[in-house]
Amino acid sequence: MDKKGRFGKYGGQYVPETLMKNLHELEAAYQHYQNDPEFQRELLDLLKNFAGRPSLLYFAEKMTADLGGAKIYLKREDLNHTGSHKINNVLGQVLLAKKMGKTRVIAETGAGQHGVATATASALMGLECEIFMGKEDTERQALNVFRMRLLGAKVTTVTSGTMTLKDAVNETMREWVSRIGDTHYVLGSVMGPHPFPTMVRDFQKIIGAEIKEQIMLAEGRLPDAVIACIGGGSNAIGAFYEFIGDESVRLIGCEAAGLGIDTPKNAATLTLGTVGVFHGMKSYFCQDEYGQIAPVHSISAGLDYPGIGPEHAHLSDIKRAEYVPVTDAEAVEAFEYLSRTEGIIPAIESSHAVAYTKKIAPDMSAEQIIVVNLSGRGDKDVAAIARYKGVDANE
Amino acid sequence: MNRIARAFEGKKAFIAFITGGDPNIETTERLIIALAENGADIIEIGIPFSDPVAEGPIIQAADERALASGCTVDKLFDMVERVRKSVTIPLLFMSYINPVFVYGTERFMQKCRTCGIDGVIVPDLPFEEQDEISPACEKYGITLISLIAPTSHERIDAIAKNAEGFIYCVSSLGVTGMRSEINSDIAEMTARVKRVSSTPCAVGFGISTPQQAREMAAVSDGVIVGSAIVRLVAEYGEACIEPVAKFAREVAAALEQSEGEAGNGGRT
Repeated sequence: MDKKGRFGKYGGQYVPETLMKNLHELEAAYQHYQNDPEFQRELLDLLKNFAGRPSLLYFAEKMTADLGGAKIYLKREDLNHTGSHKINNVLGQVLLAKKMGKTRVIAETGAGQHGVATATASALMGLECEIFMGKEDTERQALNVFRMRLLGAKVTTVTSGTMTLKDAVNETMREWVSRIGDTHYVLGSVMGPHPFPTMVRDFQKIIGAEIKEQIMLAEGRLPDAVIACIGGGSNAIGAFYEFIGDESVRLIGCEAAGLGIDTPKNAATLTLGTVGVFHGMKSYFCQDEYGQIAPVHSISAGLDYPGIGPEHAHLSDIKRAEYVPVTDAEAVEAFEYLSRTEGIIPAIESSHAVAYTKKIAPDMSAEQIIVVNLSGRGDKDVAAIARYKGVDANE
Repeated sequence: MNRIARAFEGKKAFIAFITGGDPNIETTERLIIALAENGADIIEIGIPFSDPVAEGPIIQAADERALASGCTVDKLFDMVERVRKSVTIPLLFMSYINPVFVYGTERFMQKCRTCGIDGVIVPDLPFEEQDEISPACEKYGITLISLIAPTSHERIDAIAKNAEGFIYCVSSLGVTGMRSEINSDIAEMTARVKRVSSTPCAVGFGISTPQQAREMAAVSDGVIVGSAIVRLVAEYGEACIEPVAKFAREVAAALEQSEGEAGNGGRT
């Protein structure tokens, strides 16, 4: 990676001048604390004693037997405190913000997982917290809105644009540019301007590091594939990063294909998108011929984003990772399947990865191993899935 | 000396911003002519974008109206080509980087030159990333306007040394929009620029009244007025020409007054 945070030709710092000083300060602070043993000790302590790491690597025996192919392991990020991988990044960033003397954090959220994690870490570390969430998402994830408020955060409903994740990012950026002195923007994924894609990846790479250690202990060898869902791409890069140098390990990111990649109602950025520059980064985006960002769709609020982190764009270009589309219908089916088969209700985001695993595992041999990153738990999605199935479940 | 620099010669420049295609292309065309006839020295035409992260609610809504009316970059190029037959003042495009990048930077600048655009302002392209488009700008003689903000401080030196046309001084933290007060020390920003560069400084963000324009012009070389004009377009729709022309005359008159007062750190 050269200066300005590039991954191949992707990444960069495409933001208004007003933010540049802050980004430089953040970069300098991150570089400092990244190598500070005291910071690392505090962070590890939080990850272990507050978030509950390491998360389990669970052998999904019934799913393996049912599919009749590769052995399937689930990396149980859903068991982390707050119910997803988001806490890994948030504990890192909020601790960093505190060290930098910031007294307030702001964040965008789609499904609410990142918002809940940020509100949680802010409560723990005593920082003021404001979360921006698209109106459509506050409706489909109403319980998470209440959860964030319970944790002491202010939740601001975003009514501009498509009223989903991308608009929440827009509004959080507008807030940050208005109030940067005391405020840190806890970006929730490996996206945005440098140093966020690198910093967030570093806070998430513990997932893959643990997977490697755990699978070596369990099987004495590397997996054949690591599969993760992908919106901005933080759980995926977290799971992949440790294995990038291990060429034998297939890295597979599952994008939200919504109603299908032959319809306009999807969020399959690498499958259908083109290169652009948006939200501070050069990467792939769902957009029209004039560079207007497309309204995207996914049943999963966490994957309902028209872009993807720049490191994934690069891994896709150099063909080190594969990116595949998974539809709403396939994800819902996998959501129900894992619940029934293993007694684990996965987040609808993570269900995209489960769905693709179901597709490829039967064609693999019994000696082969798949690790699925179960990035979050599905409790938050139960009401929405019920609605999808025509059941009027009262949250 | 190019057309942009000449707009600052012997006067405080009034730079008027409108969103292209709001409420439709025909009105934008008439607005450009009216602004040029009523005191604007430079006109900045915003290319509407789906996600204008540097804009406040007024210009966000204008972008939405323009896109809903079917405005595209190609239609704006055609419109500028038509309007250039009667308008001689500098015309700039304000665009987020993505519409330029996706159109093809080279193709975009070539079209700018053909239709008579003098320069571009790209709010999400900071100094460090300017090489994304600066080679194409140079090749086709399109001036790339640099921005400085209240947070720029020591960054101002490098930005100003490389600046051309004029320097866009962002008056305040935050997004575009009308502000009752501008608290930043604009005089300090412009003074810092003057130490390293003779490029004129124009102040934008939050200037919504002729009075504010006069105050800001006293400590700079010109002012950019956007949201206050766009608000009139929102209010009057296709009938906005006369109210906008009247407002432009008021701003221009206020700037003339400012020229009469002894400037303290303004023009070089």
